[in-house]
Amino acid sequence: MGIPATIRDDFPILRQRVNGKPLVYLDSASTSQKPRQVIEAVVRYYEEYNANIHRGVYSIAERATAEYEAARAKVARFLGAAEPAEIVFTRNITEALNLVAYAWGRRHIGGGDEILLTEMEHHSDLVPWQLLAQERGARLRHIPFDDQGRLILAGLDRLITPRTKIVSLVHVSNTFGTINPVAEIARAAHARGALVVVDGAQSAPHRRVNVRELGADFYGFTGHKMLAPMGTGGLWARRALLEEMDPFLGGGEMISDVWLDHATWNEVPWKFEAGTQDVGGVIGLGAAVEYLERLGMEAVEAHEREITAYALRRLRDAGIPGLTILGPGLEDRGGVVSFVIDGVHPHDISQVLDTEGVCVRAGHHCTKPLHRKLGLGASVRASFYVYTTKEEIDILARALLKTRDLFRVAG
Amino acid sequence: MSLDDLYRDVILDHYSHPRNKGTLEGATVTREGANPLCGDEIRLSLVVRDGVVQDVRFDGKGCSISQASASMMTERIKGRPVQEAGRLIAAFKAMMRGETAGEEMGDLEALQGVRKFPVRVKCAILGWLTLEGALEEAAR
Repeated sequence: MGIPATIRDDFPILRQRVNGKPLVYLDSASTSQKPRQVIEAVVRYYEEYNANIHRGVYSIAERATAEYEAARAKVARFLGAAEPAEIVFTRNITEALNLVAYAWGRRHIGGGDEILLTEMEHHSDLVPWQLLAQERGARLRHIPFDDQGRLILAGLDRLITPRTKIVSLVHVSNTFGTINPVAEIARAAHARGALVVVDGAQSAPHRRVNVRELGADFYGFTGHKMLAPMGTGGLWARRALLEEMDPFLGGGEMISDVWLDHATWNEVPWKFEAGTQDVGGVIGLGAAVEYLERLGMEAVEAHEREITAYALRRLRDAGIPGLTILGPGLEDRGGVVSFVIDGVHPHDISQVLDTEGVCVRAGHHCTKPLHRKLGLGASVRASFYVYTTKEEIDILARALLKTRDLFRVAG
Repeated sequence: MSLDDLYRDVILDHYSHPRNKGTLEGATVTREGANPLCGDEIRLSLVVRDGVVQDVRFDGKGCSISQASASMMTERIKGRPVQEAGRLIAAFKAMMRGETAGEEMGDLEALQGVRKFPVRVKCAILGWLTLEGALEEAAR
């Protein structure tokens, strides 16, 4: 059971032409396109039962509440959570990681404690910890990566110390594509009593994830990279852990009772969902998860592996002088291929590709420290998803040759 | 939109053969500019004496537009009075906004095509904003 060839019919945006050329969307690591099943679920909410949740006693409010909570159950099942209450909805993964740093970190991390990250983290898994470390006087340490973009675990025993309270790392690198050995790192962290936070922004959309088998204590994900609307995402953690945490944002819905001078908290997960949520978006997330389940995450992963293998081979064989592909070999790489071409800046590459209808990301992909270590200001990133075809990879390769021709004078 | 509007020959020439590239020994003023979102960087070093830009060098990394624009800029202001450089900065900014430059722009007119690609305007203008800051510093 692979991905059906008709899948592209589900994505209205892919039917259009850009600059006279078919749209070739190779930027799914930034945000995925949305199938009509998701778009229709959101439209149905707004056309048929738009109402605030957990409040009204009238029919459409009850339906909105039921669909919102049904989406939580779908996400919980999708990620292998023990129960829906282990899923907290947030605007995106950035908010999920900030939630952990704030609500768990401020209570448990003190002066001299250590937070272990990696050198390949996205800014969203660096900056919240920097803010926390500055406030608490904690120390940040980082697992380095090698020239293949793999984490160097040889010194892990020295990096995790009795003062380490948190180990936070990206599951699949958004720049290298590296699939990191979370379980191995989690075992070492747990042996010293540290908790493990996993940035799942690039793993939940692309492979079967079971949060309880992964070894994580917290797992963050973001909806818009997995076929769902922007403004949706969430955090998984075990109930006991969520219960002992302080709230993150204060306001309506997250309370049990309120007086003028104090308040008590709602049960989990609602303790962390202050204010009116993006109900339509979350219902769209539920539809996205259903869509992925129907495809089968094993089929999704196999398709991306085939496309990635083809892209690595095709780009290397295209005869593009000065091409360097970042990251590891196929065996531990997700559907991300970042590269640079000597003498042609990534923004210029992206500009030329745009005239061929090809959308790629050019820049630092919110991993500036990673790029700085490589001595790069920017790179080009092509990233794939369920709707990516080999023909699109061929168009990319041909467009890159055109780029090289245009800038030959610069060589 | 045609790529030829953006990547004019004179721009590609300055990108591959930048003029006045490097750092000046004995500079009277140095200034760095950056576009943090895209990572373009320009470093200017100038010798400003007797109201004249006696010498100028630029260094940096970034896309063809940012680096070529800076290269063309150094060529234009080297040996010219500070006041004239100031007028040229205003004229260049006006040109990139689609207004009348009011100065003889010469080769710099090649950069007008960048206007059709709005996200790239900040690349073209980076060197000029850096120069503006440097000249203000020199005047203090």
